[in-house]
Amino acid sequence: MHQPPPASSCSSSGSCECARVGVRLSALAPAAAPCPAPRRLPRPRQLEPPSRGTSTLIRAGLGPWCSPTGSPAPLSCETGCGEGSWILVCRLLVPTQVSLLSMEEDIDTRKINNSFLRDHSYATEADIISTVEFNHTGELLATGDKGGRVVIFQREQESKNQVHRRGEYNVYSTFQSHEPEFDYLKSLEIEEKINKIRWLPQQNAAYFLLSTNDKTVKLWKVSERDKRPEGYNLKDEEGRLRDPATITTLRVPVLRPMDLMVEATPRRVFANAHTYHINSISVNSDYETYMSADDLRINLWNFEITNQSFNIVDIKPANMEELTEVITAAEFHPHHCNTFVYSSSKGTIRLCDMRASALCDRHTKFFEEPEDPSNRSFFSEIISSISDVKFSHSGRYIMTRDYLTVKVWDLNMENRPIETYQVHDYLRSKLCSLYENDCIFDKFECVWNGSDSVIMTGSYNNFFRMFDRNTKRDVTLEASRENSKPRAILKPRKVCVGGKRRKDEISVDSLDFSKKILHTAWHPSENIIAVAATNNLYIFQDKVN
Amino acid sequence: MMLSKGLKRKREEDEEGKEALAVDTWWLDPGHPAMAQAPPAMASSSLFDLSVLKLHHSLRQSEPDLQHLVLVVNTLWRIQTCMALTAALPPMPSLPTAPGIADNLLASSDASLSASMASLLEDLSHIEGLSQAPQPLVDEGPPGRPTGGAPPSLGALDLLGPATGCLLDDGLEGLFEDTDTSVYDSELWAPASEGHKSSPEDGPGKEEAPELDEAELDYLMDVLVGIQALERPPGPGR
Repeated sequence: MHQPPPASSCSSSGSCECARVGVRLSALAPAAAPCPAPRRLPRPRQLEPPSRGTSTLIRAGLGPWCSPTGSPAPLSCETGCGEGSWILVCRLLVPTQVSLLSMEEDIDTRKINNSFLRDHSYATEADIISTVEFNHTGELLATGDKGGRVVIFQREQESKNQVHRRGEYNVYSTFQSHEPEFDYLKSLEIEEKINKIRWLPQQNAAYFLLSTNDKTVKLWKVSERDKRPEGYNLKDEEGRLRDPATITTLRVPVLRPMDLMVEATPRRVFANAHTYHINSISVNSDYETYMSADDLRINLWNFEITNQSFNIVDIKPANMEELTEVITAAEFHPHHCNTFVYSSSKGTIRLCDMRASALCDRHTKFFEEPEDPSNRSFFSEIISSISDVKFSHSGRYIMTRDYLTVKVWDLNMENRPIETYQVHDYLRSKLCSLYENDCIFDKFECVWNGSDSVIMTGSYNNFFRMFDRNTKRDVTLEASRENSKPRAILKPRKVCVGGKRRKDEISVDSLDFSKKILHTAWHPSENIIAVAATNNLYIFQDKVN
Repeated sequence: MMLSKGLKRKREEDEEGKEALAVDTWWLDPGHPAMAQAPPAMASSSLFDLSVLKLHHSLRQSEPDLQHLVLVVNTLWRIQTCMALTAALPPMPSLPTAPGIADNLLASSDASLSASMASLLEDLSHIEGLSQAPQPLVDEGPPGRPTGGAPPSLGALDLLGPATGCLLDDGLEGLFEDTDTSVYDSELWAPASEGHKSSPEDGPGKEEAPELDEAELDYLMDVLVGIQALERPPGPGR
């Protein structure tokens, strides 16, 4: 069972003595001091300056893609994922939740505490990242983990002196979003694992995000404080009340600059509306409402109202014995605030219009692809179950991920997808084993790039795949410590299906099924991606001149 | 009924009249690639075992993963249907086991499956905190909103799910406690379980149900393990 982090967990550089990082949910009293801004990550050892490509075409904002030979290649808008064009920016380890230090590890302790990173071997299950999400500008990147924590990373500000550090992300804020709970009515423990994080668009200086576990959604406000009032009349410097009799003069308090502090406070808690496990949350384009979906129901919330929600979809049968299908994911249309989609375990997607009726049990559109008779097996239904559904940024398409494929659907064509991409078709002959070890139930997510030209999803063995919709090229990359030196170019990987295995290929039977990339995110406008592998967060970007 | 919907229907132009009765028969084709490896009966049995174990394991969780549960149950139904169909056909030359034993096995497995499935599903509905009677209610009102009988006008505001409707359901259970539901139960399991009273009664019989399940499942396992070598495919590379 997850232990809450000790109050004095040291997670920043050595000169900061046991400062608390972030504001814990329990410490909302005014006296609680928000933590000082986390120190910067130690700089990755610079092996060599990034090599310069020979392309003379430089596009503002996005770098040109370079092929491994260095010869000029078409711009990124034309080929989204040329081979060998992704480099590792940084690998971030979320701070370990539980202190596992023992006497013999003192030396390591000191070394570890001097840098933000902790070695992989000290990570606990609570550190496993369970969701990753960029905010709308891409400046912030949030991760949630199994221990109920949210860690927000902020992009390194560009500076003339350190151009090579563009694209690096450093810890900005950490807070405990959800704690393990106990439902006394059902004698059930509610997991604190963060299932999803969704950012609200920024409307003022503060940042807002929604985070959810299985049962409860919370709205968090993350704000900076860089000034502090000084010179109170009724309080002394330590905050203690002064005896009014001792006050002889009055002064006007002034705001003095202070070290930047980032504090996270829970502003709303939306609870008690879900009997089943929440799998999705989605912010509406009206910025006033959002929805939360569990296995059988979808609820619509207003951000200001926490004690009630509207149920807009309910697929629970009158008799639970008749249950054959559950909701697996749901999302609002990016522009039309009345439209949303939800996917099911039977591989269907329903598009609903809230203007049609208050209860959207009847769909407006129904997307389902007919089953391929030649591929039928006992596991057909399981592998058709959709694990993620995402609207394109344009709102014209939806993308769905099932066990073996990613599909792109045009909203105007319901009877079949317009594109199907095989993620790891070599697993089709292994379905029985994957059923046995439950891997067949793994829920992979999928993401669009900013221009909707490239889609990305994860696989096993820490592989993740990108598909360029225009050129129909695809690439397999690996997020692992062994193969990644900072700023090194990622080498495309290949799985050997049968016959003679080439030197750099890996055979299907050698794949590590415990290393799965379920969660990835793509920067909204740039070619920067975040890939979560267990407790590691990898950030890659395209190669820049 | 639940399990008859477990098969993913193939979309056809004129499917309206056929959906409920369509049963896949692709596995009967010996040339089908998926069945090329092993005779249908053997592949089905080992998968059947595995699925029953998974189902049992899933229901033992304090809060089962509903998606996992539904998918396993639907898969179990496919396997069971396949096994039932292969038992109904004349024995195929490739089957190593004696057809007679296989028939008896499958017949008894259907019966015990129906018993274990019904009680396991009953466990599920209890777990979800909505004590709905597993047997169909004789005096059903119009099929309305599932949220415990809340009137349609309140349907838009679903506040606390489990709380509503519990009292109503308890009352109905009490009414139909003595109803003999064997007729309904045997209709669920068409192939080989005529006249078998499967679903245990609610109330006093409920405590015995889990033990019945395990005993029958264990028996089933032993028999299957005894007469067939379970061909487990090689595990995935780790």
